[in-house]
Amino acid sequence: MKIEDVVCSFCGCLCDDLVVEVEGTRVISVENGCTLASEKFLGDHRLKTPIRRDGNSWTKISYDEAIAETAEILLDADRPLLYGWSGTFGEAQSVGVHLAEILGAVIDNTSTVCHGPSILAIQEVGHPGCTLGQVKNRADVVVYWGANPVDAHPRHMSRYTTYCDGFFRKDAFKDRKVIVVDVRDTESSILADEFVKVNPGGDYAVLSALRAIVRGKRGIIPPEVEGVSREQLFRVADICMSAKFGAVFFGVGLTMAPGKNKNIRNAIEFTEELSRHTKFTISPMRGHWNVYGSNEVFTWISGYPYAVDFARGIAFYNPGETTSVDILKRGECDACLVVASDPGAHFPKECAEHLARIPTVQIDPHVNVTTHLSRIQIPVAVAGIDAEGTAYRMDGVPIRTRKLFQGQYPDDFEVLEKIYAIVKEAKG
Amino acid sequence: MSGLLIKNAFVIDPISGVKGEIMDIAICDGKIVEEAPRDAEIIDAKGHLTLPGGIDSHSHVCGTKVNFGRYMSPEDMRAGRTARKGVMHVTSGYSVPTTFGNSYRYSTMGYTTVLEGAMAPLEARHTHEEFTATPHQDMLANTLFDGNWSVMEAVREKDVKRAAAVVAWTLSAVKGFAIKLTNPGGTEAWGWGRDMSTIHDVVPNFEVTPAEIIGTMIRANELLNLPHSVHLHCNNLGVPGNYRTTLDTISLVPDLNKDRQSLYLTHVQFHSYGGTTWRDICSKSEDITRTINSTPHVVMDMGQIMFGRTTTMTADGPMEFKLYMLHHNKWSNHDVELETGSGIIPVYYSRKSLVNCVMWAIGLELALLTKNPWQCLLSTDSPNGAPFIKYPEIIGLLMSRRFRENERKMIDPRTEHFVPLFAIDRELEWYDIAVMTRAGQAKALGITRIGKGYLTPGAEADVAIYPIKPGEIDPSVEYQQVVAGFSRTLYTIKRGRVVARDGEVVVEGANSTIWSKSNVPAEYDMGSDPEFTRKFEQYYTVRMRNYPVQEVYLPRGKMIASEAFL
Repeated sequence: MKIEDVVCSFCGCLCDDLVVEVEGTRVISVENGCTLASEKFLGDHRLKTPIRRDGNSWTKISYDEAIAETAEILLDADRPLLYGWSGTFGEAQSVGVHLAEILGAVIDNTSTVCHGPSILAIQEVGHPGCTLGQVKNRADVVVYWGANPVDAHPRHMSRYTTYCDGFFRKDAFKDRKVIVVDVRDTESSILADEFVKVNPGGDYAVLSALRAIVRGKRGIIPPEVEGVSREQLFRVADICMSAKFGAVFFGVGLTMAPGKNKNIRNAIEFTEELSRHTKFTISPMRGHWNVYGSNEVFTWISGYPYAVDFARGIAFYNPGETTSVDILKRGECDACLVVASDPGAHFPKECAEHLARIPTVQIDPHVNVTTHLSRIQIPVAVAGIDAEGTAYRMDGVPIRTRKLFQGQYPDDFEVLEKIYAIVKEAKG
Repeated sequence: MSGLLIKNAFVIDPISGVKGEIMDIAICDGKIVEEAPRDAEIIDAKGHLTLPGGIDSHSHVCGTKVNFGRYMSPEDMRAGRTARKGVMHVTSGYSVPTTFGNSYRYSTMGYTTVLEGAMAPLEARHTHEEFTATPHQDMLANTLFDGNWSVMEAVREKDVKRAAAVVAWTLSAVKGFAIKLTNPGGTEAWGWGRDMSTIHDVVPNFEVTPAEIIGTMIRANELLNLPHSVHLHCNNLGVPGNYRTTLDTISLVPDLNKDRQSLYLTHVQFHSYGGTTWRDICSKSEDITRTINSTPHVVMDMGQIMFGRTTTMTADGPMEFKLYMLHHNKWSNHDVELETGSGIIPVYYSRKSLVNCVMWAIGLELALLTKNPWQCLLSTDSPNGAPFIKYPEIIGLLMSRRFRENERKMIDPRTEHFVPLFAIDRELEWYDIAVMTRAGQAKALGITRIGKGYLTPGAEADVAIYPIKPGEIDPSVEYQQVVAGFSRTLYTIKRGRVVARDGEVVVEGANSTIWSKSNVPAEYDMGSDPEFTRKFEQYYTVRMRNYPVQEVYLPRGKMIASEAFL
């Protein structure tokens, strides 16, 4: 059976035009998807049943046992951490926030190690952005800063920017100028009309120089700023200022480079400065397909996009203190529920070590690095394959993922609801 | 059968013509009935003021920009937070509370129905998700068409039926309630960093004017036989001298509907400015209300501002940028492809700012100078003018000249030279307030047909009982009691169930989402129109099949169906 307009639950592009062929409970082909999508749909090797670590081996257990033990672990903990959430759908994330609320836990999502600093910058200066279709239909200048879409978001350029014809851009490839800013040559920089190679850690200075130029202060620019010549800076600023519609996209190459949130603040203020001359927007290249959804869901329930601590009864937010890495590094939490992410692979070593010391439960379809740190793992259906629910694209557009077939696994929502019910019963 | 009998209620129910009588209200299975079941629970209202549940016809509580207001403002989240208590979830936020925060605060003020003022169709799913998490109010969504490409193309072709068909398809797809135009044409122009400065400016590339968009949409709305009229946020919001734009706009409006207005003008305070700059801005409320008083087919809401901190948020992207240029605080903007825009900035309305004082006065003047309370509804365009928790204070100001005079002493002393407020003696009465906070909204929104806004048999049993005994207090003098009374009901009853008591929510909510579906003949079904679908697939970044909001997002959807005259 061929299913059209399938939503890809891999990256923040959330492409919704895939054609997927399904045979029984197996995907056998994927059209329109990038290589990452194909791997997601076709290379789906799941854990068969819940497992529990018993000494040095794993024991298969039932869902009911796994759920009951998870609830018990969470109820026993003084400082539980509920981490992950970016790889599941909104309805499950919502149960997660309510679970954290009732437990007095900390809940955090993967923003904590990707665009968390971007959020901090937005909380300082705001965010002039737009949906991706605005860029597709209008933009004549596109800037990728610290982002390598060819590898990380392979269809971003063909669906939304460089190669995508739009209403006011009938011949996009010719009509658009692409600027790539990075510390190294990448697959994306090869495609740029203008590649700005910045010294590692030099982004903030280069952004400041560009802002000064846009403000009319060319005279103060030195011959070279962090590896970028004055001539190129002038050229880039001129391209931006003469744009009819410019769009900046930034990745973790800017967010996680030295300067972190201050880099993003500078990039937003560069955009704001350009907005006084022409139309300019800026947007983060979000990684996980529904990381933005976790920010949205957390926010409408608790008021904050990540790192929310319910220990005081109210929702408390203080990144640097209530962020997962900090809590783990301080050895503060005494139980962890990991949902739909892999902190074992992405967190600093001492955080992973702490996860291995405390009872960690992972709800995830696949065996990953975190499995090896966990006490229990509960496999679930994969949103976008055999589970459906709401996802938020990197630009905030909400799309409902499809369920392609009825599989044998419960989904995140069902498992979390059961845990929640036990916890609620215990907490009264 | 679950029943409830409210005894000894001092009822004001303007739609039913009840202007303050002690009576009993019988409820069975969520409806007002003639006689309560024998085992009905009894509430003795003891002569306290009893009104239909409050209805807010213009508030920003759910959806993309509202949530972004929270997301970017941890300082606002910190400014209002409560712990989990009983059935109540944790809440955060002062001017942009979390969804449960909105819901509880509205509920304890007696509000049972709220219309979200602006939903971008492309992001409708988000609004509906938040509606579900706002459980104590029935929710409706104004749906944005101000920069809709297909609409503007129909307007250019002077094809009102096609414009209507696009609206019908979109409302049905996104489960929207009514047509909202925010700075029509201006949001599209903002896609190029531009704006409209009069209703006769031409929208770049589309060759239509705001006046043409507004005129066509008013007619399209009536062709579709929708419950509400076009809901308009005029061009030029917040610009000195903009009252001319507002008057020009009102002059466009034909009288097309015998049951309600043909145009709803929202937050008119922001559109009633004289002068030419921020230095000589003055009130033009007299000009505006004179026109409203002679144009019965137009209804407006106040858009009152109150002093203090708040967050402004609107689909009017260019306006927010202008505001940012004044405030230099922080600025968010979010343009939505083929449809509309939006912007957010935090503001502080200060008693020391002459401009803010003039704005404050204008809102009150609009309410006091409009003769017919059904034509000027109470709102703050929450949170733009102030968060909705300020409504009771506004009621106090409208009911008490003394309160206004006391405020006068605390604001910029030059204010009185720029506004007529302090020459107005009028003090509104309980009946006027009942009209301006529920009955007028129900009528203007066209939702009396589903039992909203009144208390006679057949109506939805949404009732608010306030700790106010109208015969025993003089609101002109004891205005603080009025403010306190409207801040916290004794009982808020939603669909026959007590949902809040003495300021606390006591049950889990189960709201409905009300949406409109106009049935059009097959040839006007845009879902199978080749031109519409081709453009959709070509220019949107989501597939047409993935665009409509699925039924699952409206667990208790309530559709108002109508037959289109196409």
